[in-house]
Parts: sequence; C-alpha cells; structure tokens
Amino acid sequence: MSRLASMLATGALVLGFAAAASAQEVNVYNGRHYSTDTELWTGFTKATGIKVNVIEGDADQLIQRIKSEGSNSPADVLITVDAGRLGFAAREGIFQPVRSAGIDAIVPASLRDPDGLWTGIATRARVIVFAKDRVKPGELSTYEDLADPKWKGKVLVRSGTHIYNLSLTGAMIATHGEAKAEAWARGLVANFARPPKGGDTDQIKAVAAGEGDVALVNTYYVARLIGSSKPDEKAVADKIGVFFPNQRDRGTHVNISGAGVVKTAKNKDNAVKLVEYLLSPEAQRYLADTSMEFPVNPKVQPHGILAAFGDFKVDPLNAAKFAGYQPEALKIMDRTGWK
Amino acid sequence: MSIPAAPRFSFAPRRGALAQGVALVIALLAATPLLALVLRSFTPTDGLWAHLASTVLPEYVANSLLLALCVGLVAGVLGTATGWTIAMYRFPGRDLLAVLLLLPLAMPAYILAFTYTDWLQFAGPVQTWLRGLMGWRRGDYWFPDIRSLGGAIFVLGVVLYPYTYLLARAAFAEQSASAIEASRMLGRGPCRTFFSVALPLARPAIAAGMTLAVMEALADFGAVTYFGVPTFTSGIFRTWFALANPAVAAQLSMALLATVLAAVLLERFSRGDARRHVTVDRGRRAAAIRLKGAGALLAMLCCALPVLAGFVVPALVLVDLVFETDLPLTLAQSVGFAGNSALLALLSGLLVVAVALFASHAVRQRAGVLPVVATRIAMLGYATPGAVVAVGILIAIGGFDAGVDGLSRALFGVGTGLVLGGTLVAILYGHLVRFFAVAQGALDAGYARIGPGLDAAARTLGRTAFGTLRDVHLPLLRGSLLTAGILVFADVMKELPLTMILRPFNFETLAVAAYQRATTERLDEAALPALLIVLVGLVPVWLLARQLGRQVRG
Repeated sequence: MSRLASMLATGALVLGFAAAASAQEVNVYNGRHYSTDTELWTGFTKATGIKVNVIEGDADQLIQRIKSEGSNSPADVLITVDAGRLGFAAREGIFQPVRSAGIDAIVPASLRDPDGLWTGIATRARVIVFAKDRVKPGELSTYEDLADPKWKGKVLVRSGTHIYNLSLTGAMIATHGEAKAEAWARGLVANFARPPKGGDTDQIKAVAAGEGDVALVNTYYVARLIGSSKPDEKAVADKIGVFFPNQRDRGTHVNISGAGVVKTAKNKDNAVKLVEYLLSPEAQRYLADTSMEFPVNPKVQPHGILAAFGDFKVDPLNAAKFAGYQPEALKIMDRTGWK
Repeated sequence: MSIPAAPRFSFAPRRGALAQGVALVIALLAATPLLALVLRSFTPTDGLWAHLASTVLPEYVANSLLLALCVGLVAGVLGTATGWTIAMYRFPGRDLLAVLLLLPLAMPAYILAFTYTDWLQFAGPVQTWLRGLMGWRRGDYWFPDIRSLGGAIFVLGVVLYPYTYLLARAAFAEQSASAIEASRMLGRGPCRTFFSVALPLARPAIAAGMTLAVMEALADFGAVTYFGVPTFTSGIFRTWFALANPAVAAQLSMALLATVLAAVLLERFSRGDARRHVTVDRGRRAAAIRLKGAGALLAMLCCALPVLAGFVVPALVLVDLVFETDLPLTLAQSVGFAGNSALLALLSGLLVVAVALFASHAVRQRAGVLPVVATRIAMLGYATPGAVVAVGILIAIGGFDAGVDGLSRALFGVGTGLVLGGTLVAILYGHLVRFFAVAQGALDAGYARIGPGLDAAARTLGRTAFGTLRDVHLPLLRGSLLTAGILVFADVMKELPLTMILRPFNFETLAVAAYQRATTERLDEAALPALLIVLVGLVPVWLLARQLGRQVRG
C-alpha cells in the first residue's frame, strides 16, 4: 500500500510541475467550454511551434485564480464567452493593454476595448425565435415590443441571472436608462409563458412544443438545432423561425467571446501571437464552423446556416459599455422577479 | 463533558492536550479557506443587504430550508426503511437488492437532474408520448414539473439516501438479539419494536446519514441551478459574481454555515451523553424473518423503487443518449480522463480518511468539549458549496505561495514562483475540506461500536493513546476505514467545481468533460463522460457491497 501511495505521490508531483517545464509555450485560462477549442490550440502549435497549456473553468473563478496567484500567476491569456466578464476582469486590473496593428485592423472598434485591454474573437446575436404556425414575422419588431401586453403568456426566456440576459438588460440600461429598462423587464416578466427554466435550447424546444410563442435566444443554439442530424431536433427546427429585432432602430444586441493578455504574463509575445492567431482566417473559419459563432474577421463568412439568416444590423454599443451595467441589471432582475 | 476519573492516569493532562491540539489543527485547516474569504472581503456592502432582504433573500431562505428539511426527510425515510427491510427480513432478491441499493452513490445529482429533465419535460419523450396517445394539447392536462423545488427534493433525495441506508443497515444488523427479542417477548409487535427499541438504538447512525444528506443538499449548486430553483447557495454565487460583491457573498456563506453548525451541534448534544454502546456480540443477532406472498412483494418494492429512481432510469436515459450521438470522446481521451478522476479520488480517499481517523481518535480521548466542537466545525465543509471552498483555497494558497516566494527572495534573492498553486496538492486540500464530514461520519459510527472498556483495558496494559489506536482500534476499525475511503472516493469522482478551478494545466477529469458539454447545452455529448463517471464509481460501490457483506457475515 505504501509503495502504491508513494508512486501516486510522485505521479502527482510530476503532473503538477510538468507545466513549468518547456520553453516556447503559452498558458491559457479558458472560460469557454467548447470541447472543439482543442483543435484551435493544435492549429496554433502547428503554425508557430508554441505549446499551448490550458485550464478551463468558469470565467469568474478563473479571474479569482489569477488574482490569488498574484505576480506569480502562470496565466498569459484569459478567454471568456461574455463581454461582461471581460469588462469585470479589466476593472479588476487583470489585463494589460495590447497594441497590435493586426488586431486593430481586423476587429471592428465596437467589439474591442477602447484601451486595448481585450478584444472580441467571435460574436453571437440575441434573437427572437418564433413558432411559425402561430406568429407572423410582421408581428415582431423589437426587444421593447416583447414587453407589450399583447404577448401575455407567450414569452419564453432563460433565467434573468444568466449572463446573456444580464448583458441584454445592460444594453437596455445603456440605451434607455435604468428606469425604462426596469419597466421593460417588468413588462417582459408579466408576459412569461412559464417561470424561466433551462437553457436557450430548452426555450427553442418549448416554442416548438407549444409552451410559448416567442423566445429570446443566442444564434448559435438555433444554428446548432437547424444543423442537427437528429430527427427530433430537425422537427423542432422545422417549426421555428428566426427574427433579428430592432433592425429599424439601433440594431440587434450582439455579445462577444473575447480574449485579453494578462498583466503578469510571462510569455507576452506568445500571448499576443495566440490572440492574433485566433483572429486569423484559419482559426475564424474553424470557430464559425464548430461553435457556430459569427466571425469577427470580416474576410471570413459565417457558417452557411447563419449566412442564410441574411445580413443584419448590429447594435454598435461598445461591449464594455453594456458589460459595465451588469450589477444594475441584476438588481433589476431581483426587483422585477425575473428569476 | 470531561471525565472526572481522568486524573487517575499520570499522563492524562498531556494526553488531553494532544487530543485538543490535533482537533484544533484539523478544524483550523478546514476553516482556513472560509476565513481567508471573509478576511479578503473588505468591499463596501453598498446597501446590498437591504436590496437582497427586500427582494430575493426571503425566497432563498425559504427554498433552502424546505430543500434541506425535505431532502433530509426523504433520504432518512428511504434509508431507514430500506436499511431495516434488508437487515431484518429475508425475501426473494434480498441479497441482490442489498447491493443495488448502493448504486445511486455513483450517480451525480446534476446528471440525474438533466436526465430526468430530458425525459420528463414538456418537450421530452414521456409527455410527447402521452400527448400523442391521448390527443392532448398544451394546457389540457396536468403533469408534475420536474424543474421545481419538488423535483430538486426528489433528485437529491434519491441520490443521498444511500448514506442513511448504509449507516442504518449496519446499526440495525448489529443490534443484539436480546433487545429485539425482549421487546417481542414483552408483547410488542414488529411495528412497536421498530419504533420503541430499534429506532432509538439506531438514532445516531440515522442522524449521521441524514446530516450528510442535509449538508449536501444545502451545498448543491448544479441540480438546483439546472432546475431554476433559487436557493441560498445560488444566491451566494450571484451576489459574488454578478453583483461583484465578495463581502456580502462571504457573509451569506457564514450565515449558512452558522445555521448548519447550530443544527449539527443541537442534534449532537440533544443525544447528550446517552451513548448506546451495543456489545459486539457476533454470535447472536436477532433472527431474520422470512417473508412470503404480499409481505415479500412489499419488501421487494420498498427496496427496488429507490434503485429504479436513483439509478436505473437515469442510467438508461444516459445509455440511450450515448447511442444516439457520435462518440464525443476518443478511447484515449476516455481512458486518460477516467485515470485522472480515479487518481484524484484515490489520493483524496487516503488523505481524508487518515485525517478523519486522527480527528475521531482525538474526540475519543474525551478531552472536553473542544475536540467535539472542533470536528463539527471541520465537518461544515460538506455544507459549503464546492466553488466557495475553491475560491477560499485559492486565496489561502495564494497567500502562502506569495509568503514563501517573498521570504525566498529576501533570503536568497531567488523567487520560488507558485509552490502549491496549480498543483494536485491544492485540489487534495480542497477535497479534504469538502469531504472530511463523509469520512468522519463513517468512522464515528465505527468507533461507537467499540466499547470504552477496550480502551481502558489497553491503557491498563500500558499502551499509549497512539498505541491503543494502532493495536486496538485500527484492526477493529478496518471495515469502517474502508467504508469511509470508498464513500470519499465516490464523492470525489462526482466532484466538479474544486477540481475544475484548482487543477494544473491540461488536467482533465470526467466530471469536467461532462460539465463542459452540459453547460454548452450539448447534453447528448455529456452523456458518455457522465456514464463513465457512473461506471468508474461502480467499482468502489461494488467493493463497498463486498465489504458490507463480509461485515454482516463476520
């Protein structure tokens, strides 16, 4: 038994310290949970010879980890799936500004931090999914309209405390001010078909099954269902339509997946190279095809399913802006009962 | 509580001091992450308490209380009923059911939550089938909503009852024939014998099992979040991250733990010193009663239903999902992840059991109230959400690493970098804090069976406290040690947040792989890693079943 224990202990040490060994490497703290991301790291290593070490976790906790590790933190790059988390990390002083002509030339200004602390690498739009047999696209117009009593008992949306809804409500606050945003949330809650449950995919399935008529969801969930090879998911996709709200005014709310270089990065050059690689046509093509996000590189076309939705107008509000209103948004959720 | 006769031994004061010291160190180790969190959180509270109290807090408190109480009850009743049936009766399938009843131990609650949702929701197969069969549409019929407080109670109840079953069954099986037979002779029927003799004798074991269920229910984050039930624990998270206020989050955590500590101590001291030592009387157990006909059927149902609900149905849903999808993991990945999971579970099992043994031993020295309270404090980690423990450990270990690094720079001019951060040591520490209670519960139950006379005899024969532990307790505790280790192993296999946030680079486990897919709403792809967690978890459960069989026969 004791021999086994000492073998295991040795193994643990080797595992623990293996990360500190090789020379050309970059350490990524990844808040994205897409298993397909591994291919991106392989692609980067192939292109540059730099080894990529990864820890995945929830962005909030990764931020805590970087803070706790202090100046010794091995983290070089932090990646998250929501602008709010990037904004939070920036406020906590975790990132360093990066000035890269490569990044600035590719990414539109609304999708990166004005000071260069972080940049978007892919986007997702929050759209309205509707039941084709019960709703005509002509009846739909804006996010604001979903709070109108005519939708009473018909609106489906996930929990208000979820980051996607906090960001959307943050954008409402930035556009209309806190009082109007709260009135909107109150109206929306009054129209719920059921208390919020499950994720975005569940809302889409509930629309198809007739539990409600309209749902607020992110584009890649819709695209994934439409592209599914499973008969039951195909059946769901057949029953629903996709509507991009606010096309006649400010445009549809768009959130980002993004990355920033950590202030204490030991491999800063490699970190910048990695971020630039994520914006390259090769990596953008891969992101577009596997996680079904919109590429931020204008030279790369979205996945065919997303492209079929047609071009749409994007709300130009900077992601840092709506991200900053998240704490206020959460208090609105509490006061209006958007659980 | 200190024993007045103690001064008779010349080494008594030192012995007491040692026991108190050991207990104190363990309690400190366990409390450090939480204390670190509290000390770190100096953010102003910005009237957040008023906001929370006037909006969501009442619902959090109500939901958490209801959840904890009902899960405790469900787990207690299921565990006691099945434990009693298996221990006292013989019926067809009894030996098999005795093993099967342990299977839900291998099933993580969050996986149960998503399999049942997939199966029972409006758009799922059961309701779709019903609608097709009856020609119903939405609103034509009532169907229980699995994504509700009731659903959460059900899911947590059916995975947490095995703790009570395990401890209650052993307690019932050990009750000497004389007590039960005396009751029968005095004209009490099986029902009154159960309630007036067997149940009070087994109360410490049942209470220990229920305490574990209640604590785990309070700490649960995965299942309640998936069901959209706002509880105190989910409140801690949103306050912390979305409201970006760690101070209030830490205060909420402390409030939760204070409540749990009060409840645990209340239970412990309400039993007072009324210890019920049952002599180890191997030859004479109450004869099992053979059941036939309706009675046998009832017994089979009583033991089969929890297994169906807590294991068979969700396992079948998982298998079905696996076959529906292209395999999301290669064979090499599966083996690698499973290996990492098992390695962690094994190391944590050894560590946690060793520490719990020292703690139990310290309590046994009867060196006053301190060791009792200290171990109860150490048990609170089980009621603390894994992510809260994890961030506490990040802060504590971060402080330690920075201190060592600074010292080394000052003395030698060279920094050490991170010493513990990002190593398995951090995760093991986390598991110690989180799962100490599980091992401690099992060992306490084992120690209760060793009469104090044996200690006295050993001491008279010149054994020191440590010598008694080594030569007398350890051989007698072998079964309990194994049980404790296996329970910790099973818990670590299912554990997610601690491992995820504290792990080294490129270190994947099955639970992380399952979560990664479930959280991006690819439930079908999460099914394979989930099923592997269950399969690897079955190994210790099988060992446990063998161990129990040996104990009962022995």
